[in-house]
Amino acid sequence: MSVVAPPEIPPSAAPPDPARPDPPRHRRTLPEWVKANLLLLPTSVWFAFLLVIPLLIIIEYSLGKRGVIDPVHFTWSHLRYANYKDALDPDRLPIFVRSIEYAAISTFACVLLGFPLAYWIARFGGRFRNVYLVLVIIPFLTSYLIRIYAWQVILQDNGLLNRLLGDLGLGNHHVFINHAFAVILGLTYGFLPFMILPLYASIERMDVALVEASYDLGHGKVSTFFRVILPTVSPGLVAGVLLVFIPAVGDFVTPSLLGGVRTQMIGSTIADQFGGSQNWPLGSAMSVLLMLFILAGVFVYLRRVGEEAL
Amino acid sequence: MTESDGPIEVGLYGVTKRFGDLVAVDDVTIAVGRGEFFSMLGPSGCGKTTSLRMIAGFEEPDRGRVELTGRDIVGVPPYKRNVNTVFQSYALFPHLTVADNVAFGLRRKKVSKSDVRDRVKRYLDLVQLNGYDDRRPSQLSGGQQQRVALARALVNEPAVLLLDEPLGALDLKLRKQMQLELMRIQREVGVTFVYVTHDQEEALVMSDRLAVMSQGKVEQVGYPEDIYERPATRFVAGFIGTSNIIEAAVTGRIGDFLEVEAAPGDRLLVPAPTDRSVSPGDRLSFTVRPEKLRVVAESEIVADRLCTVSGTVVDVVYQGVSTQLVIRTESGTTLVVFRQNSERVSDAGVPGTRTRIVWDPEFNVVLANEPDLEKELTG
Repeated sequence: MSVVAPPEIPPSAAPPDPARPDPPRHRRTLPEWVKANLLLLPTSVWFAFLLVIPLLIIIEYSLGKRGVIDPVHFTWSHLRYANYKDALDPDRLPIFVRSIEYAAISTFACVLLGFPLAYWIARFGGRFRNVYLVLVIIPFLTSYLIRIYAWQVILQDNGLLNRLLGDLGLGNHHVFINHAFAVILGLTYGFLPFMILPLYASIERMDVALVEASYDLGHGKVSTFFRVILPTVSPGLVAGVLLVFIPAVGDFVTPSLLGGVRTQMIGSTIADQFGGSQNWPLGSAMSVLLMLFILAGVFVYLRRVGEEAL
Repeated sequence: MTESDGPIEVGLYGVTKRFGDLVAVDDVTIAVGRGEFFSMLGPSGCGKTTSLRMIAGFEEPDRGRVELTGRDIVGVPPYKRNVNTVFQSYALFPHLTVADNVAFGLRRKKVSKSDVRDRVKRYLDLVQLNGYDDRRPSQLSGGQQQRVALARALVNEPAVLLLDEPLGALDLKLRKQMQLELMRIQREVGVTFVYVTHDQEEALVMSDRLAVMSQGKVEQVGYPEDIYERPATRFVAGFIGTSNIIEAAVTGRIGDFLEVEAAPGDRLLVPAPTDRSVSPGDRLSFTVRPEKLRVVAESEIVADRLCTVSGTVVDVVYQGVSTQLVIRTESGTTLVVFRQNSERVSDAGVPGTRTRIVWDPEFNVVLANEPDLEKELTG
């Protein structure tokens, strides 16, 4: 890393004139715009190496050919668009639709579960608010993979949940694993903190007097919720929805471990191309398409709700 | 306690409110007449805001009744009370325009769309904000936000408008201007105003009547000139304006006046209190406002019935309109005298000068004995 300094003013060769006061000394400083943007340098380097370059590699792979020894053969003269045609094969459409469906249901569940908790912590948490927030993120102390394995143990056919239901006389032959239920449960469980934290930040900032003002003006609890609280905290809600939905659509750990063949999501299908199926070009093409789709979706979403909220 | 004439619009009767160990409002009784501009005045933590919030319905009393237009409203949620509030922070809805903010309360009532438009316009005109309909609260100045908050509350035509230190966030000049504005609006709409403030001048200027509160209790209720000229307690005398408080022993009685002695040998007259009997030997404290006192030359002959005290000038503070003299009397009491600067300023005197103060005993007000205070106010 080197920073180019502006050309220095050459020191004056003439001896200082005792009759005149010293001219103001020019210290060796960088121009303002450089100084301000220096703050961006670490992240820029980080993103260049860990986001932009890998992304370019994925795009390169997506236009290559499946190889035998090297996984991908790429030549500029033979760009293979067929990978994209493959990726858009109507046979894969259900996987894609299912991914969006699961992610949407999980996001909605996160809103329903997260909102009351975030509201409670922000408004009634008192001086223990920070403790509650730490409790919310405590699951992150354990790897997501391990926690999903734990769910596997709980949900499997002779797992904890079935045994518990059996002891309660509710039958012990329920099938949870390999079903949509298990995958959605896993996604909701995994991403819930990403909903709670931004919601909390928004609710905490809200002036309590707004709620009182709404009551004062004749609006009951339900009306106040939809007309005052929800619009006021919508920046947090929008952020929470994005933070849950985006990783949930592309997640592959949860459907791989808790789902079955019929509950595969796009993430696990892509992971498959790089693993078992050994079709890196196809996997790369699917990745690129998924990214474009999510970007378009976020763009539309922010244009519709974001203008009000952000 | 001075009662209002005419029907009572809103009243607190024997109301007590506790927050944990703290008694925020302690057995308060206040009745506000229809169409009155009534203020609750006191330092922070005196219970005025809590009293207001109990009328609004944001707090429920632990004991006592809250009556609105003759009906007990304890337990009625705020959205079912025919009162509206102007909040200290204004609490305008940031996601709504000015017009939508004002229309917010009407959306809940069965008011047709064109009626809503008309009323919003009428009340924005009233607060002189026509043409601001489509602005967001964040685009308005503090004074303008204040006006929106006022229009938003008044548009519902409540029985009582509650105002919680509404001018607290404004600078002095704007505050003076809004005081007059609020008085005009109150006269125009005729709604009962209950106004909470810690600014004594504001309360004296604006109110028809006011209650002075301290430590959860009502110290005195009355017309502004009552409160100022005849403070009932030491707290009121000290909180409103500047007061001289003199401790004295009763030595005799002449008609409606008591003879008292602050320092051995002097003889002062004070109007005898009508609500309690005093006998020679009792100690009492009385108060007199600094502008009632006059500085006279040692040689001047003074009528016998006037109060006369000799002392030494300790401090002279020039204040433009008047000069404040601090005088230490022979008994050791410090008295403050306001002298109108209608003569030459240099005549006010210099520290160290011996001087004599004279005033009419009519202006002396005997203060309630502190332990008897509670009995006197509630009995």
